[in-house]
Amino acid sequence: MPNKLIDLVNISKSFNHTMVLDDFNLYIRENEFLTLLGPSGCGKTTTLRIIGGFETPDAGHVIFRDEDITNLPPNKRPLNTVFQKYALFSHMTIAENIAFGLKIKKKSKSYINDKIKYALKLVNLEGYDNRRPDSLSGGQQQRIAIARAIVNEPKVLLLDEPLGALDLKLRQDMQYELIRLKNELGITFIYVTHDQEEALTMSDTIVVMNQGYIQQIGTPEDIYNEPENAFVADFIGDSNIIPGIMIEDRLVEILGARFPCVDTGFGHNKPVDVVIRPEDVDLVKPEEGTISGVVTHLIFKGVHYEMEVMANGFEWLVHSTDMVPVGTRVGISIVPFDIQIMNKPESEDEEAAGVNE
Amino acid sequence: MNNRRSKFLAAPYALWAAGFILIPLGMIFYYGFTARKGGFTLDNITAIAEPGNMKALILSLILSLISTIICFILAYPLAWILANMKFGKGSFVIIIFILPMWMNFLLRTLAWQSLLEKNGVINTILSFFHLPALKIINTPYAIVLGMVYNFLPFMVLPIYNALEKIDDNIINAAKDLGANRMQTFSRIIFPLSIPGVISGITMVFVPALTTFVISDLLGGGKILLIGNIIEKEFTQDGNWNSGSGLSFVLMIFIIISMILTAKYDTSKEESAP
Amino acid sequence: MKHTIQKIYIGLILILLYAPIATLIVLSFNASKTRAKWGGFTLKWYGELFQNEAIMGALTHTLLIAFLSAVIASVIGTAACLGILHMRKRTRTIFLGITNIPMLNADIVTGISLMLLYLAFGASFGFSTVLMAHITFNIPYVILSVMPKLSQMNYSTYEAGLDLGGSPAYVFFVIVFPEIFPGILSGFLMAFTMSLDDFIITHFTKGPGIDTLSTKIYTELKKGIKPEIYSLSTLLFLSVLILLLIINLKPDKRKEMTAQ
Repeated sequence: MPNKLIDLVNISKSFNHTMVLDDFNLYIRENEFLTLLGPSGCGKTTTLRIIGGFETPDAGHVIFRDEDITNLPPNKRPLNTVFQKYALFSHMTIAENIAFGLKIKKKSKSYINDKIKYALKLVNLEGYDNRRPDSLSGGQQQRIAIARAIVNEPKVLLLDEPLGALDLKLRQDMQYELIRLKNELGITFIYVTHDQEEALTMSDTIVVMNQGYIQQIGTPEDIYNEPENAFVADFIGDSNIIPGIMIEDRLVEILGARFPCVDTGFGHNKPVDVVIRPEDVDLVKPEEGTISGVVTHLIFKGVHYEMEVMANGFEWLVHSTDMVPVGTRVGISIVPFDIQIMNKPESEDEEAAGVNE
Repeated sequence: MNNRRSKFLAAPYALWAAGFILIPLGMIFYYGFTARKGGFTLDNITAIAEPGNMKALILSLILSLISTIICFILAYPLAWILANMKFGKGSFVIIIFILPMWMNFLLRTLAWQSLLEKNGVINTILSFFHLPALKIINTPYAIVLGMVYNFLPFMVLPIYNALEKIDDNIINAAKDLGANRMQTFSRIIFPLSIPGVISGITMVFVPALTTFVISDLLGGGKILLIGNIIEKEFTQDGNWNSGSGLSFVLMIFIIISMILTAKYDTSKEESAP
Repeated sequence: MKHTIQKIYIGLILILLYAPIATLIVLSFNASKTRAKWGGFTLKWYGELFQNEAIMGALTHTLLIAFLSAVIASVIGTAACLGILHMRKRTRTIFLGITNIPMLNADIVTGISLMLLYLAFGASFGFSTVLMAHITFNIPYVILSVMPKLSQMNYSTYEAGLDLGGSPAYVFFVIVFPEIFPGILSGFLMAFTMSLDDFIITHFTKGPGIDTLSTKIYTELKKGIKPEIYSLSTLLFLSVLILLLIINLKPDKRKEMTAQ
């Protein structure tokens, strides 16, 4: 692979006998916006802290540009972190906070002052030099935390749920801000979040994690459109996950009805999981659908209506711009391309392990 | 809203504070500037310049300063170790240091007599190991020891509280930005603990400066501190005016020490460019 | 290695703190009447302690004053906190500043100032003068431990209580009080301890007729301490130690359970 910047090789880490990461492998390319996405306890923050140097793995190596930095303390690593709750130094002014890393590196006064100006401009907080962190709002503190990190010109910026404490509107603004920053700085971002929308908006690459294992790596489009297993499908956006049987190539049976699809190579009469996104379920006249059912719930969501349709014993989640009143009999039809087939995990553990051959 | 009414819940305390804190201080002020036979005078204040009083004041200042420094040197590493042990909530640490207070203060100090005496416990142990005997009872050294012993918890607890409050991520952030252990300590941890240090210093220095019991018990009654002199004025000589005058001087020293420590606190913050 | 040094350091400090206490406990079993000599092991003083009316009287006064002053200080202090919370910033600063005076001021000055106050108003020195003095220096401890709990508390919960139809008093006792109770309790215990351990302020505010343990010990210092005092102190210390052990074993279990 070209331009591997960071390579995590066979990393294992446990806390109090609980395995958090088990033989974990991942590489990060130069200039990439990579997001570690997963529910709490999935090991994403531990991964980030291992890269940052705040945790030492029990086994395995952290390679940075062909150099093993596994045992390098954080202060010697060419990367900087933006912490969850900003971790600003409350006894220093904003300018002193930003200057901290540069002073340690014994940069000249004029260099430091220029950098402070540049960084504050970059995060749209010019003139805040002499304020105290306590006097700033959450969003402003967040920007300062970013400014404090980037003045050191790190090769990689690690961000640990940096927007978690902000409200929705601010979070959306900051997402655009982060994308802009990344483009302007041209450095690698490694971002940790449990918010799938954040991940889909900003990332070049998303790594979906669960219980210490990688479930899927891919572009936001890949992850959303072609989830590799039920966990990913369930975690990313809303979806209908229905057990089914792969009759043969390009034909799957769900809830007693046969649907044509585009997937091949699953064998004959194999149990599988079928993922259908709610916006891909087409509501048609009862006699035109592959199966039919009755609308049981209806909510207006702004862009679309969200409906639930009871059909063949399954509650289908449907998004549509057309409103169908509760109680209406409808048919369900699905374009073959929109049906996503996934191997059924044979046990719970395997699901977690994301074994997917 | 009933917020306006809620304010009156503080009324009993306001009355109490006026009657038992402010007026009594006014009384000291009044007596301090009044001659025994009535009429305004500065004699009670200038009495501090009398050789005996001056000597006691200077000795008090020296001993309490030494005790404060020793307490600080002992307490900071201790608070640091305890804070890193992460007992959670810190109740354990507080209990360890508060528990001795349930043994009477006078008795605890008296017990040091038994420990330090010529044939006391410590010297018995020392002589067992053929080490030279410790002869500090009834000297200023014993008084310093008594001060350190009695007031050490007042230094440990505030520093411990300040250190314990520092978020791990603050320390991680400093390391992340390139600071090594020494730099992290000197630029982040220590500055953040300064409020604790300041209150520790005042909480040790003030009682040490004004004690009369420790010097009574461990100084053999021969070493007079300013506290002893004031106590004598009141209980033996019945001279409230000169006692108040000296108390007033003492309060000035307390206030000066607080201003000095507070000033160090802010100047430290603002001196950086 | 580093941890060993740390443990040794803590150990040495604990020896410094607890050596005098161990000494006093040993003295309580000393058959000889003077501190200087070890006259063999005895439980005699523990028996005689309960016959000694002067000591038992001082003990009663001490405990009564500590308890009453801590209770009254807790009530006045907690009420004050509720009031201070609703004050404008400047009034609040003044209030908290005054609250700091008894804590930061020298005990001897506080004691003398109260003595002058009592003299000026012709109060007769006795139980009540000591009690009032103790309340005065105890209130700040209560305020200092209740205030943080109260400002941490979400004010909306109080408003929610009112919204759901509770009267202010009802909402206070059912909703606010349980939340700030830990603060009140630690303030109360701190106040109780401080009152118990106080000598200097009591010394200046007590009359000739009344003694607490501290002042009793002080007067006996010159004549020689009665060994019963040692046994009384040992009993007090051990009972508090046992009480604290019991209290502290409990929350640990609770913590473990919530952690799981």
